Amino acid sequence: MPAPTAPTAPAVSAPSAGADAEGGPSDDASTEVYRSVQNSLAFQRIRHSYRSFVFPVSGVFLAWYLLYVAAQAAAPGLMRTPVAGPVNVAWLLGLLQFATTFLLTWLYARNARTQRDRAALSLRWDTQDQLR
Amino acid sequence: MRTATPPPVAPAGDHHDLAVVLFAVIVLVTLGITFWAGRRRGGGADDFYAGGRDFTPLQNGFALSGDYLSAASFLGVAGLIALFGYDGVLYSIGFLVAWLVVLMLVAELVRNAGRYTLADVLALRLRRRKVRAAAGGASVVVTLFYLVAQMVGAGSLVALLLGTNSAEARTWTIVAVGGLMIVYVTVGGMRATTWIQIVKAFLLVAGSVLLTVLLLVRFHGDVAELMRQAAQHSGAGQRYLEPGLKYGKSFTSRLDFFSLGLALVLGTAGLPHILSRFYTVPTARAARRSTMWAIGLVGGFYLMAIALGLGATALVGSAEVRHANAAGNTAVPLLALVLGGGNGSTGGVVLFAVISAIAFATILAVVAGLTLASSAAFAHDIWAGAWRGRPRRTRGGRGVRGSRGRRALVPASRRARGGADAATGTTTAERTEDGAPVTTERQEVLVARIAAVGIGAVAIVLSLFAQQLNVAFLVGLAFAVAASANLPVLLYSLFWRRFTPRGAVWSVYGGLIPAVVLVAFSPVVSGTKVALFPGVDFHWFPLENPGLVSIPLGFLAGWIGTLTSPEPADPDRYAELEVRSLTGAGAA
Repeated sequence: MPAPTAPTAPAVSAPSAGADAEGGPSDDASTEVYRSVQNSLAFQRIRHSYRSFVFPVSGVFLAWYLLYVAAQAAAPGLMRTPVAGPVNVAWLLGLLQFATTFLLTWLYARNARTQRDRAALSLRWDTQDQLR
Repeated sequence: MRTATPPPVAPAGDHHDLAVVLFAVIVLVTLGITFWAGRRRGGGADDFYAGGRDFTPLQNGFALSGDYLSAASFLGVAGLIALFGYDGVLYSIGFLVAWLVVLMLVAELVRNAGRYTLADVLALRLRRRKVRAAAGGASVVVTLFYLVAQMVGAGSLVALLLGTNSAEARTWTIVAVGGLMIVYVTVGGMRATTWIQIVKAFLLVAGSVLLTVLLLVRFHGDVAELMRQAAQHSGAGQRYLEPGLKYGKSFTSRLDFFSLGLALVLGTAGLPHILSRFYTVPTARAARRSTMWAIGLVGGFYLMAIALGLGATALVGSAEVRHANAAGNTAVPLLALVLGGGNGSTGGVVLFAVISAIAFATILAVVAGLTLASSAAFAHDIWAGAWRGRPRRTRGGRGVRGSRGRRALVPASRRARGGADAATGTTTAERTEDGAPVTTERQEVLVARIAAVGIGAVAIVLSLFAQQLNVAFLVGLAFAVAASANLPVLLYSLFWRRFTPRGAVWSVYGGLIPAVVLVAFSPVVSGTKVALFPGVDFHWFPLENPGLVSIPLGFLAGWIGTLTSPEPADPDRYAELEVRSLTGAGAA
């Protein structure tokens, strides 16, 4: 059913493959498949593009959020500094948290769409083919 | 005073009468959805736990935000902003940023690697009953804390919205809400729960947009003027717009807020009822897109909640808000009353009743989602997985502890099911091919339904005892336990090659036990006037939220457990998890 030549096929039809993949070959054989896929260049590219985006970005947004929260305790004077009208530094940073959250969501989605999705899908069909 | 509200549909009487009518409508509509969804069920586990896995990203995005935006958010955060200004804003930001953790580190991988629960993901590589039991148990504890928070909130809130404040009204509200959520879950399963979330999220967003537009029209779109007026009517002046009104009194209270902030940002990705939502869509890509919808909806909602909180202070006044409810929970309904034209006007009455009914729908939907996640953790992980041992059956029998030569754990339970029926999720294969005393899917779903009744009953009883506890605190606590017990083990399993079963068990208990123990010896339970036992004092832990200590302990315990493991990690199992989680090969 999964066609390796159709990486753009809607993935909706795919979920069924897992159940019988487990029922087909013996455990050792499927382990071999997973090990060989894990060692393949295609997979390592996908993993690299995922991790090299996600790990640093997660570190950055967690640090940025925790610094922002810690600043209330550590530097209340700075946070009170007026910026424009009734808006002070604290409000500005808070609104920036909203902005960075939306921005990073968009960047992550773009990265996944352009760097990983196609390769991951075709590797999925390949792997499921080997498993049956 | 303009009335920019829908045409009057009810006589301009006491504004609580219309609220009662709308509450009844909400109950009838949700029950209708439940029986409609329950009618279509085929009795399969895919249907009961995962709603058939055929929801679209948009639908699931609404359902995710419906699950997430509890009454504590809708009424609580806006109320905190109305009372404490900027410190309330601070509170809402943690709830939003947490979704980046879910989006980037959890959603897609969990969708690909698991079937119904958090423990499924761990069990894919760590095939031990102990791991399943630990993760399942932690999920039940987290959802129970969360459930009690919602039901306690429901009790006081509904009583307030209906205009009575008697203890009896609160008690009966808790019992009624508990009874309804049991019906939703046992009859309708995930399909009904998801549709209830979607309807509720839509109502919540629509109601917030309506109020925000009315508010901005009132201020001619001048947000700065809104902020100035809010500061003026807050009783605190400029300090209302500065940090420290609520959390700035002492170093301990600031540290407490940091602890809460940490728990909020890391806890979301460990909440069982959020994680199980990702199984209701067909693919990891759909899981990502539903998370993006959820981030948009949750972010937009909190921006509106900030405006509404400021609006409540500016138009109603902090003193009035506090007078109606000390925690500020009725700030938004009071604002609705004013925006609709004030007390006694038709517009005000209608708007007050509508917003109250939305809050009520919010409570019902969230408790349903929690009960479902809790019963899934009990039936799928503890009963079928750990106790009956179904998911770790081997072709050659049971009892061998090695991981080699063992059938794949989670999918094995379904491996006789054909591809077609796994996709539709409507049939059950009652198999006895192994000869071992197996539990069928049908039995497991039956146990899940019974568990929903049991968990619902436990939650009702606990809520009756916990009535005087602060709702926002209970939610913060649930987040802290989720971040301490569930998140470390999940991240280690997904990303750490050398992680072992002992590391997993230690990580769960190493986060769960400190979190619960520290709370037991915190000012929340004893030693203060608002504590659970105000008469005695055995507290020695200064913070109300344990996250700052228990979250690092959870990570540390998992690390030490792994380093001291007698056996190394199984590289084969990790290969399978890694390939499956990143490509979706073999995903349910």
